[in-house]
Amino acid sequence: MKGLLDQQFENGGVIITKVDDLLNWSRLSSLFPMTFGLACCAIEFMSTGSTVYDMDRFGMVPRATPRQSDVMIVSGTVTFKMADRIKQLYEQMSEPRYVISMGSCSNCGGPYWQHGYHVVKGVDRIIPVDVYVPGCPPRPEALIGGILKLHEKIRSESRMKPTAIEQLMNKESQHV
Amino acid sequence: MYVSLIPMQKTDLYFSPLAQILLFAVGGILFTSLALLTSRLIRPNRPNAQKLTSYESGETPQGLAWIQFNVRFYVLALVFLLFEVEIVFLFPWSTVFANTDLNNQTDGTWGWFAFAEMLVFIVVLAMGLAYVWKMGHLDWIKSQPQSSSYKSPVPARLYEDINKKFQDSTHPKV
Repeated sequence: MKGLLDQQFENGGVIITKVDDLLNWSRLSSLFPMTFGLACCAIEFMSTGSTVYDMDRFGMVPRATPRQSDVMIVSGTVTFKMADRIKQLYEQMSEPRYVISMGSCSNCGGPYWQHGYHVVKGVDRIIPVDVYVPGCPPRPEALIGGILKLHEKIRSESRMKPTAIEQLMNKESQHV
Repeated sequence: MYVSLIPMQKTDLYFSPLAQILLFAVGGILFTSLALLTSRLIRPNRPNAQKLTSYESGETPQGLAWIQFNVRFYVLALVFLLFEVEIVFLFPWSTVFANTDLNNQTDGTWGWFAFAEMLVFIVVLAMGLAYVWKMGHLDWIKSQPQSSSYKSPVPARLYEDINKKFQDSTHPKV
C-alpha cells in the first residue's frame, strides 16, 4: 500500500493544500545533507558548513548515513569507479530525496569533458538531479544559492494531481 | 479529581505498585505502537534490493560482519598508542624547553627542570616498551611454543575407560 503522503489526490482542495504547506515547510527547513565529498568542491561544501557560512541556519546538519539524509550534494568529479557507489548511496536514501549537483564536474564533466576517459559527463546520467550549481568549484555562496533554489522547488511541491493537461484536453475537445 | 499514588489517603484512588508498572507498560506500548503505526500509514515505502542491503559507505557488503581479527592487533594498537602519546607530548614540550626568557629568568634551572620532567615521562613509557619487547610482542612471527615436560599423574587409561563405557550410548549404531 502506498503511504498516505506518497499519493496524489484528485479532490480535497483546502485540506491538501494546508497539508502541502506544512509538509513542504518542514521538509525544506530540515534538509539533512549526506556527509560525502568527491573532490575540491567538497572543500567548499565543508566551508559552507563552517561558522562563516553556517549551513546550520538552514536546518542542514550533515548526516553520516543515507538512511537519515534528505539531500545528496554531489560535490566533485564523478568517476566511473565512484558512479556505482553514488548510485548505491542514492538508492539507499529514503524518500523524499533530493540531489544537488555541485560544480562543473558533476554538472557536465567540467574540465574532463573532452579527455577524461574515466569521468562521468554529468551525474544526471546516473541519478536524477534537482538543482545544478555552476562553478569550478562554486563558492559557498553559490552552494547556498543552490540550496535556496531547492527550497523553492520543495515549496512548490503538491500532493494534488496535476490538472493542466486535463484542462488542455478538455479545451481541445470543445473546439473540435 | 486527582489521582494520588500515595496509599495513606484512603479517600483517593489507590493503585498498587504492580498496577503502576502495568500502567507504565501499557502507556509505553500504546505510545510507541501509535507512533510506528502513524509513520507506517504516511511514509513512502519503496524498498528495493539496494536499499535493503546494509550501508557500507556505498560498497556492496562482502561476507559477514562477524569477522575475527587476530587478537595480536590489539597489542600492536596499544604499542602504537605508546609512541603516539609520546610524540604528542614531545612537540608542545619542545616549544617551551628552550625558551630563552624562561631560562634567563631562572638562571638556566628551567631547562634542566623541563628536561628532567620529560625524562621521567619517557622513562615510564620506555618501561612499557621494554616490557613489550621482552614479552616478544614486537615480533609478528612468534617462536614455537615449548611443550612442557610435565607428566600428569592421571593415567590415560581412565579417560579411555570412560569413553569405552559410554561408547554405545552416546553414539548409537544406526
